[in-house]
Amino acid sequence: MTAATPSATLDIARIRDDFPILATQVHGKPLIYLDNAATTQKPRAVIEAIQRYYTEENSNIHRGVHHLSEVATRKYESARGLVRQFIGAHTTREIIFTRGTTEGLNLVAASYGRANISKGDEIIVSAMEHHSNIVPWQMLCQEKGARLRVIPINDRGELLMDEFEKLLSPRTKLVSIVHISNSLGTINPVRRIIELAHAVGAVVLLDAAQSVAHTPIDVQSLDCDFLAFSGHKLFGPTGIGVLYGKQALLEAMPPYQGGGDMISSVTFEHTTYNHLPHKFEAGTPHIEGVIGLGAAIAYVQSVGLHAIAAHEQRLLQYGTTLLAELPKVRMIGTAREKAGILSFVVEGVHPHDVGTILDTEGIAIRAGHHCTMPVMDRFGLPATARASLSLYNTAADLDALVRGLHKVAEVLR
Amino acid sequence: MSELRELYQEMVLDHNSRPRNFKKLEGATHQSEGYNPLCGDRITLYLKMRGDLIEDLGFQGTGCAISRASASMMTQSIKGKTIEQAEEIFGAFHKMVTRDVGEPYDSDDLGDLEVLSGVAEFPARVKCASLSWHTLNAALEGKAQKISTE
Ligand SMILES: Cc1ncc(COP(=O)(O)O)c(C=O)c1O
Repeated sequence: MTAATPSATLDIARIRDDFPILATQVHGKPLIYLDNAATTQKPRAVIEAIQRYYTEENSNIHRGVHHLSEVATRKYESARGLVRQFIGAHTTREIIFTRGTTEGLNLVAASYGRANISKGDEIIVSAMEHHSNIVPWQMLCQEKGARLRVIPINDRGELLMDEFEKLLSPRTKLVSIVHISNSLGTINPVRRIIELAHAVGAVVLLDAAQSVAHTPIDVQSLDCDFLAFSGHKLFGPTGIGVLYGKQALLEAMPPYQGGGDMISSVTFEHTTYNHLPHKFEAGTPHIEGVIGLGAAIAYVQSVGLHAIAAHEQRLLQYGTTLLAELPKVRMIGTAREKAGILSFVVEGVHPHDVGTILDTEGIAIRAGHHCTMPVMDRFGLPATARASLSLYNTAADLDALVRGLHKVAEVLR
Repeated sequence: MSELRELYQEMVLDHNSRPRNFKKLEGATHQSEGYNPLCGDRITLYLKMRGDLIEDLGFQGTGCAISRASASMMTQSIKGKTIEQAEEIFGAFHKMVTRDVGEPYDSDDLGDLEVLSGVAEFPARVKCASLSWHTLNAALEGKAQKISTE
């Protein structure tokens, strides 16, 4: 491990050294990576853990009697232990490996939802959800004759909490809400949301895709019922994610998929399901992904999430001030509680053109609807340009963004 | 900068800021919607057909500079052409924007459309340049989408 030591201020030069891709060039210019909300880059510790796994440890898990299988199983399960500790879960039985946030959300909808939602029930989401936190609930509501309710947002991109309170009723069975919005950067008051939802007997699922890499999370202190995130937005590999669920809820839920690993015994007359968490992990899992995720979490912990959050807040303030000085740039998402996401539009220029011109300068941003089309509709926009920050970004990256935006004006004058 | 200038040529910028035939066409016989979910570009294309002849056309919508300029230039280039001629132009245009960088292309049928040749250097933008043409195809094929009978 080559991670920086935990401190209030990050040793950015050293952190940047941990990410080999940051030393590469794009179109002959040094890469300036500002698309971290889409996916983060990977530190050497993660790349090496995956390489080591395939060079020295590769085996199937939970079933072999041989040495390699024991090593791989131990590594896989110890990564589960790291995840448990990272999000403050009570036991590793509450940590289920998935393909990502999307699968976690679908798992809850298909298993918990099918078993517990019936005609006339209501599910609440917000107007700033990612499509993955809308569509599974729409499908469930359609199947069950339940109703999807939506918490509106204001012009800053903040939830209207009094409207949320009005939506809550004994019919509310589930509230599924994004912790940090990927298109607006809003940090939602999830603690309050959970309290209010629990008061009417609803369970709460947090979409933590955009928060795990940027702010410390403690599921027990938050008291959320479920929480889902993706490894690839947390410096880990793609194709791996985590669903946390309270043990009592998971115990009572039917399996999501059937197959190997999720059973204790099978006959044609009767199958006994395996205990948690294996009940929800059918088939050979993404072993390399889990080991890589474990290495990513160890890396984040060695840097320290408090220090990361403080660093990103400073950059957010700096970037917000810089962009405010550009007369043609308008920020979309100006919540008072905000994470390191700068979503904006340039007057008279489509975000796609902004993205192309910045790309020729080696600057990677995202242009589009960010899988949040209802947010775009809310602001009357087809798309925004989005620069999203991570622990390895610097003020110089934001200066380069501004120079790039001057160039946009020059090219499309 | 040179690649960018190739992409955003003067004529492209001009069509972007002052798109031609940018209107809902009165008396249109065909209409079709095009949508590029990647960037949110939307276009509605109106055609006035007489037999096989594209007598007039117009478009509306929102999009990036490339998709807007491409749509605007398309309306100019196929106005007064037959379906068959329009298909030939589209074929040549498509070849031009999807060719490998450095490969030659046949400019005979293209006219002004050639200013979009720089798109080939930007594979992510090919969809933007082609959106209006795919919308045209849909309008021509989808006889069912006729909005009024002659
Ligand atoms: C807020 C939010 N939720 C869910 C997702 C879906 O994550 P994944 O595609 O990794 O499943 C994303 C990813 O863009 C996201 O930003």
